[in-house]
Amino acid sequence: MKVFVDSTRCSGYGTCAEHCPSVFSLDEWGYAAAISEDVPAGAEEQVRIAAQDCPEQAIRYED
Amino acid sequence: MSAVSTALPGVVTQLDDLASGAHPAITPRLVVPGTDRGRLSLDAERELGTYAPVGDLDVVAELAAAGLRGRGGAAFPAHVKWAAVAAAPGPRVVVANGEEGEPASAKDRWLLTHRPHLVLAGLLLAARTVGAERGVVYLAHPETVTAVRAALDELAAAGLRPTDVRIDVHVVDPAYVAGEETAACSAISGGAALPRAKPPRPHESGVDGRPTLVSNVETLAHAAWICRHGADAYRLAGTSASPGTTLVTLGGACLRPGVYEVPFGPSVRDLFTTVAGGFTTEPAGYVMGGWFGGLLAAQRGDVACCYDAVRAVGSGLGCGAITALGDADPVVVAAAIADWYARESAAQCGVCIRGTASIRDALGALRDGRATGAEPANLTRWGTGLVGRGACAFLDGAAALARTLVTEFPDAVTARTGGAHDSHHTPGEPA
Repeated sequence: MKVFVDSTRCSGYGTCAEHCPSVFSLDEWGYAAAISEDVPAGAEEQVRIAAQDCPEQAIRYED
Repeated sequence: MSAVSTALPGVVTQLDDLASGAHPAITPRLVVPGTDRGRLSLDAERELGTYAPVGDLDVVAELAAAGLRGRGGAAFPAHVKWAAVAAAPGPRVVVANGEEGEPASAKDRWLLTHRPHLVLAGLLLAARTVGAERGVVYLAHPETVTAVRAALDELAAAGLRPTDVRIDVHVVDPAYVAGEETAACSAISGGAALPRAKPPRPHESGVDGRPTLVSNVETLAHAAWICRHGADAYRLAGTSASPGTTLVTLGGACLRPGVYEVPFGPSVRDLFTTVAGGFTTEPAGYVMGGWFGGLLAAQRGDVACCYDAVRAVGSGLGCGAITALGDADPVVVAAAIADWYARESAAQCGVCIRGTASIRDALGALRDGRATGAEPANLTRWGTGLVGRGACAFLDGAAALARTLVTEFPDAVTARTGGAHDSHHTPGEPA
């Protein structure tokens, strides 16, 4: 699975890093980035939940 | 113009103010005789073989053999991009990107106003190679629009306007971010000339959602030249990793600021002394890539002008614009450029708004004697951590500026922090 954070949408809610700290990190202003676009094995379901719960719908993934 | 913006180095406002020419080590391919008098006519171009059919040449293979790399700033192998669009399902679109938003670059403007037919020939070649029925010339500067329209009129008057590829001109207001490839696709599709998040990339979904090849106009001109003269001839100039010749915009403290065709390989210093008339003042350093490669210290003048050598010292050749700083204070210059970044951000990405503002504030504090001592560490952290974080490469440019000021001019930074931070080290090494 690959994951992307759309930085034009991210408003820094931080819910993704809360759900899935192995995939998403927040910078010093609270904006999210994928640590790597390749999702580590086992984290796929958490990424789906993070994408679904992002208030700005800023997370996209490709299975 | 404010006091701050007057410190902006190498900004090109008037193309007419610039010289042009070629490095004596090459036989010019783009800055050919006759261009000193202005735009080459259709007749003059046809005498050079421009628009001559390429027959059954395998164009993508020829570009691969030539090793042509994109001249818009990213230096991506052209044949990979062309092959990706050709492999995608049609209909397809090709965009000749001549927007040229880098403030210190004028080479695309020079090319479009002197060799518009060579660009159009490259656009047609690309469209026919990837199977596109539409080609768009994407422009911002008024003089380029006039020149391209005049060239298209000449083709029509000669009965040579192509029937298999529809060519139109799309004009936007000049802005750095407007030249980014997803911004070009958005603008041509009827939206704002603003970058979009990737993926999808233009070769997957570009103009009107179609697979789109977005190519810098100079890349297209070289492609046309390669298919006329061959990959081997192309490789007679340049280095093995950066073959061929390239257009550079040399500015700042030199006698003949201008647009020059040079081979890849000579040093930064050689370019200034050989084609730009030499320095007016021994340079304190250089601004690279039309500002997107950050700064280089004076002693880096020996670095070879090829994509990989410049990247290896932590900078970037980008669009080939290099500004000699003369006796300017690099901290003052960096602060002025950082101010420009914070103003010119498209303000789409939160990280770009905050990142460019933070870099501006830190460099402003250094310049104005308000430094706390935390600036070198902050600039270094932003200079590495912000790379790749925005939807486009704009923030990467601000990051390069922050990073290279600290690595290339440690003494100037230390002097401004009052010795609160020990950043003595060899330029080029991590701070």
